[in-house]
Amino acid sequence: MASEFNSTAFYNNLKDEQKLVGVKCQACGHLSPEPRPMCPECHGFDMEWHQFSGKAKLNTFTCISIVPVAMAAKGYGRDKPYCTGIVTLEEGPRISARINGVDGSNPQSIKTSMDVVLDLEDLDEESPSLAFKPA
Amino acid sequence: MSTINKKRQLGRQVSIVGAGLSQFGAFPEKDSRDLFVEAFQDMVQSMDHGFDIEDIECAYVGNYSSDLFEHQGHTAPIVADWLGITPIPITRIENACASSGSALREGVMAIASGMYDVVLVGGMEKMTNLPTDGVTDVLASAADGLYEVPAGLTFPGIFGAIAKAHMDRYETNLDHLLKVGIKNHENGALNPKAQFQQTITTMMERRKARAEERGQTVPDWKSDLDFLNDAQANPWIAWPLRLYDCAPITDGASCVLLVSEDIAHNFTETPISIAGIGQATGKPLHDSEELTSLSAAKAAAQQAYDMAGITVADIDLAEVHDCFTIAEIVATEDLGFFAPGEGPRAVDEGRTALGGDHPINTSGGLKAKGHPVGASGVGQVIEIYHQLRGEAGARQVKKTNPTVGLTHNVGGTGGTCVVNVLRRDS
Repeated sequence: MASEFNSTAFYNNLKDEQKLVGVKCQACGHLSPEPRPMCPECHGFDMEWHQFSGKAKLNTFTCISIVPVAMAAKGYGRDKPYCTGIVTLEEGPRISARINGVDGSNPQSIKTSMDVVLDLEDLDEESPSLAFKPA
Repeated sequence: MSTINKKRQLGRQVSIVGAGLSQFGAFPEKDSRDLFVEAFQDMVQSMDHGFDIEDIECAYVGNYSSDLFEHQGHTAPIVADWLGITPIPITRIENACASSGSALREGVMAIASGMYDVVLVGGMEKMTNLPTDGVTDVLASAADGLYEVPAGLTFPGIFGAIAKAHMDRYETNLDHLLKVGIKNHENGALNPKAQFQQTITTMMERRKARAEERGQTVPDWKSDLDFLNDAQANPWIAWPLRLYDCAPITDGASCVLLVSEDIAHNFTETPISIAGIGQATGKPLHDSEELTSLSAAKAAAQQAYDMAGITVADIDLAEVHDCFTIAEIVATEDLGFFAPGEGPRAVDEGRTALGGDHPINTSGGLKAKGHPVGASGVGQVIEIYHQLRGEAGARQVKKTNPTVGLTHNVGGTGGTCVVNVLRRDS
């Protein structure tokens, strides 16, 4: 039985529906922003879609100067570092995400625990990534 | 979760009776198989009573990604062929940077099971064929390719995020990180196998001398810390981590010979026994219990301490996985040497230096010795082997008669952690 809960659905929801949609375990209520076919907490197989509000707090971050090939192609590098990190979603779970709308070359100006919201403006059609920006 | 804390014992005891390391560095002309043979030759030459290669019954080799680094899969049989030990079984183990830590564990269990008496374990990585951005991508593939990598996280980036979390939660500052690197370079300067056999001060003075030779303005660095705080000399990689916070890109290999304890004295008068082994698994950083600690390291350490019947107070020295300077600080806290948040102060006070009460990374660590990722876990074991036998030369710990040593080998960003407790029996 093929599961519909996978990364293709996650990124299609971001791109096409402009929504952050993960899963909820029907048995124990565990939430996961990454769609997965099995609950890592109670090991049940009955998952359902769960839309997250897109509101979060910045938990920790880094500003990357030595960039991967894909980010170099977008113009990032030593002279233009980008910010990425981990956010805590309003519903509780954490997730890794790009942090847009901040100055990656001035990390001292970026404050952890600041409110952030889902950012869909800069979404790459070919290789979409989850991003947040200051609320 | 109910079975992870069960106290486990090996079916029989296992000893290390030989150890060999290739030179660590950048060797454009050598492939990983050549590096492994170099490590093996070093081991053969160091065996106290000699050794017959025909005695090897089984082998495990740790390797992260010959596939991407060298475009060579299925590397284990190639190693066996290069050593001339076909048709004995050989298996490649891949657990990112903990590959050879896990290979050693498999070798220990193969002997403990009673199936084999003599097992070769080691690791190798040939990394310098690729440019830095290519290596960055290969290393990033040890993280979650669906949810961490698309967010732009790199391997240094994830440890940068850990460092930021540690700085927010505790008194940790950027100088604490740099001091870990300074300390490890001081040890590496005493290790003839290390990639960087120079202290940071020596590197700084050479830069000044080079500027003077070329008629350029000589930089006005007052100290090693002053030099490391210069963004020109020590550029950002993934804030708050700079170049000198990161282990280098390295070619190298390592191997040890494991035998059942009852035959160990046929090989040497001073075998080192594997008193405790532990391995545990963690989630991606965003799903970890804490962002300032690797849960797999804590669990693996507890397994190893329980099996060895020791507490952290019994450990004389440790080699920990300093792929980044923050990783060493977090490791010393996860292993219980220092309370959470106390790791940075211990560095400040010199407690982790060669002459400190908790010597950490006497080899120079991954930072100065080098980090050929698949070779690093067994490389750490080799340093402890030499230290416990009192044959580490200029970098021998100052403590008299060290008897218990520990290795802490991390795969990826804590997805895997292997901890070993080694003991010299009197």
